[in-house]
Amino acid sequence: MKPKVGFFDFTSCEGCQLTVLSTGERLLDLVSSVDIVNFREASSQIGHDYDIAFIEGSVAKPADIDRLKEIRKNAKVCVALGACAHTAGVNAIRNFHNQAEVKKRVYGEKAWVFDTILAQPIDAVIKVEYFIPGCPIDKEELLRVIPAIASGVRPYIPDHPVCVECKMRGNVCLYHRQNKIICMGPITRAGCGAICPSVGNACEGCRGLVSDPNIKAFEEVLEEHGVSPEDRMRFYRMFNGLMGVR
Amino acid sequence: MNGKDVEINVHHVTRVEGHGNIVVDVKNGELKELKLEIVESPRFFEAMLSGRRFPEAIHIASRICGICAVSHSHASVRALEDALGIKPSQQTETLRRILAAAEHLDSHALHAFMLAAPDFLNLPSVIPMASTNPDIVKTAIRLKKLAHDVCDTIAGRHTHPISIAVNGFTNLVTEEQLKSLLKKVKDAMNDVPRMLDFFSSLKFPDFERKTDYTSLTSRNEYALYEGIIRSSETGEYKHRDYRMKISERVVDHSTAKHALGPHRPYMVGALARLNNNFHQLTPGAREAAERLGLRVPVHNPFKITLAQVVEIVHCLEWMSTLIEDLLAAGIKDERAERPPIAGWSATLEKVSRCWGVGVTEAPRGLLIHEYRIGNNGLIESANCVIPTAQNLANIEADMRELVPQILDRPKEEIRLMLEMLVRAYDPCISCSTHLLEVKFVE
Repeated sequence: MKPKVGFFDFTSCEGCQLTVLSTGERLLDLVSSVDIVNFREASSQIGHDYDIAFIEGSVAKPADIDRLKEIRKNAKVCVALGACAHTAGVNAIRNFHNQAEVKKRVYGEKAWVFDTILAQPIDAVIKVEYFIPGCPIDKEELLRVIPAIASGVRPYIPDHPVCVECKMRGNVCLYHRQNKIICMGPITRAGCGAICPSVGNACEGCRGLVSDPNIKAFEEVLEEHGVSPEDRMRFYRMFNGLMGVR
Repeated sequence: MNGKDVEINVHHVTRVEGHGNIVVDVKNGELKELKLEIVESPRFFEAMLSGRRFPEAIHIASRICGICAVSHSHASVRALEDALGIKPSQQTETLRRILAAAEHLDSHALHAFMLAAPDFLNLPSVIPMASTNPDIVKTAIRLKKLAHDVCDTIAGRHTHPISIAVNGFTNLVTEEQLKSLLKKVKDAMNDVPRMLDFFSSLKFPDFERKTDYTSLTSRNEYALYEGIIRSSETGEYKHRDYRMKISERVVDHSTAKHALGPHRPYMVGALARLNNNFHQLTPGAREAAERLGLRVPVHNPFKITLAQVVEIVHCLEWMSTLIEDLLAAGIKDERAERPPIAGWSATLEKVSRCWGVGVTEAPRGLLIHEYRIGNNGLIESANCVIPTAQNLANIEADMRELVPQILDRPKEEIRLMLEMLVRAYDPCISCSTHLLEVKFVE
C-alpha cells in the first residue's frame, strides 16, 4: 500500500513546496511511490486521511496552533519542511522587535485587526519526527528523504558543519579571503553542498546549527576577524535567532 | 435573476500561492457582500528589514516569495543602488535581465500549465494531467527546468538566488556555461508550437471589464526588468514618485494591503504589460498573440493566462538575444574594479543617510521596494508594494461586475467561475502576505 501524504503550509514563502513541484521529471517518480492526498498549492483535492504530513512554515498566529494540532492528530509522522518550520527561519527576525510597533509599522492604525503571535518553529507546538532543513530545502536531499520516510526508514540528514562540504569542493575559505566577515559555515549543519560559499557568499546558517556546535571557537574566529558583537548577533538572528533559547 | 439567494464561501482557494477566501452573499438577487479575504499570516517583512545592514536586505527580501525570489532580489538591489547612487555595469544589467526573463518563464509555466490549465480540463490538479495530457505536462516541466538551470547557473540558485549583490554578482557565469544555456534556450523553442496548440484550444469565459493597466514601460525594450511606471489611464511617472500615485490602505478582511491608483483599482501583471507595451514584444511573441486571438487592448481578465503564454515565448526569444549579446561582448570579471557589496561586506562606515526606490516587473506585475538607510549603513525603514496587493481591489471590482451576469447559473458554476477569476490573476499571497478560499455565505 502506498503511504498517503499531505503537504501543509503555514507562514512562509511556500518556496519549499515549490521546490517539491520543481523536482521536474523526478516529481512524477515521486508521485508514483506515494499517494498525495492534500497539496493545496497544487491541487483542489483536499483529503484528511494521510499517514505522513510535510509541514512548511512557522506558527505565527493563534489559529495556526489548532490547525497544527489537528494535522498532528491525523498524521502518523510529521515532518518539518524547510527552515520556517524547523527554526522559524527569517520569520523569527521580527521576534526581536517590539511586536506592537512591528504591527503598527506595517498596518498602521488598523494593526489591531490582525491577531499574531511570536513566530515559532512547529516543534514548539507539536511533536515532530523528522526535519528537512534549509531555506529553501535542498532538492537532492528531498528526493532522498521522501522515499526513506515513506518506507519507514529514518532519513539521513548530515550532522557535520558546512565547512566540511566547502573544503570538499575546494573553495578558498572566506575567512582567509577577507577580514571582518561572518560565515556561519563552522557551526551550520551541512547537506547543502556549501552552495553559498561556492558562489562567493557567506553561509547564513539557514540549515540550523549542528547538534554540538563549537560556539566558543567560532566566537574566537569572529573576534579575530574584528566582527562586532552587534553584527554577530544580527547574523545569528537571520535564521537561528531561536536556536539558543529552545 | 430576481429574488435569488446565493451564498458562496470558498475557504482557502486552492492552486494559488497562499491562503485566501472568496465570500459572496446575494439576497433577493441583490449583491449584499462580496470580498476576497486574505487570511495568510502577516509576514512583517517591512519590519524585519529595519535594523539590518543594507546589503542583507537582498537575501531577506528574496524570502518574501518562493516563486518570484529573483524579482524581489532585483527590486531590493535596485532600491539599494538607487539610494547609494551606484549604476551597475552593462554586463551586470544584462545578466539580471536574463534572470528576470527566466523567472517570468518559470512562474508563467507554473501558473498557466499547472495551476490554471486544470480548470479548463475539469481536473483537480496537474497530477492527473500527467495521464490525460502527458505532452503538455512534460512541456511545462521542461520550460521550468530551463528557467531553473538559467537561475542556478547565473545566480547560484533560483529560490532563493545567492550571488545577486549591489554593484554586480559575487560569482560570474562563464562563457562556456552561457553557451550551454543558449543551446537549452534554443531547444526549448521547439516546445512553443505544442504550447500554443494547447492554449489556443481552451475556451475562456466571456467577460470584459476595462480597467487601469499599470506596468513598467521603457523606450528600449518590452519592460520586464526596469523602466518608468505607466498607467494606461493617467500616464507615465518616475519610480521615485510612486507614493504620489499609489496609495496603500488596510482593509479589515485582508492581511494584504490594498493598493489603489489615481484611477482607483488597477491591474498589474502580464495582461497589463501586454496592453501597455505590445509593440515591443519579440516577433515570435506577437505571432503567438495572434495565434491565441489576443488583440490589444484585451479587457478580459481570464485571459491573463494567455498573456502569460505570450510572455513565455517573448522570454525565450529575449533570453536567446541577451545571451548572444553577452557572448559577443565576452564575459569580463569586473569584481576587482567594481566590487560587489554582499550581505557580509563591511562597508557600512562609508554610507551616509540615503533613500532609494527600486522598481521592477515581477511575473505578477509591478513590484516596488523602498528603503531608507541611516548613517551607520543600517536600514531605518522599508516599504514593499507587492503585485497581488495592487490587484486585490481590481479582482473585487471584477467579481462585483461578474456575479450579477452569472447569477442565473447553478451555484457550483458560479463558484468555479469566481475561483477561476481569482486564479487567473495568479495571486501570490505569500507576497502580498498570501491569499485564496471562496466562501458563499449560506
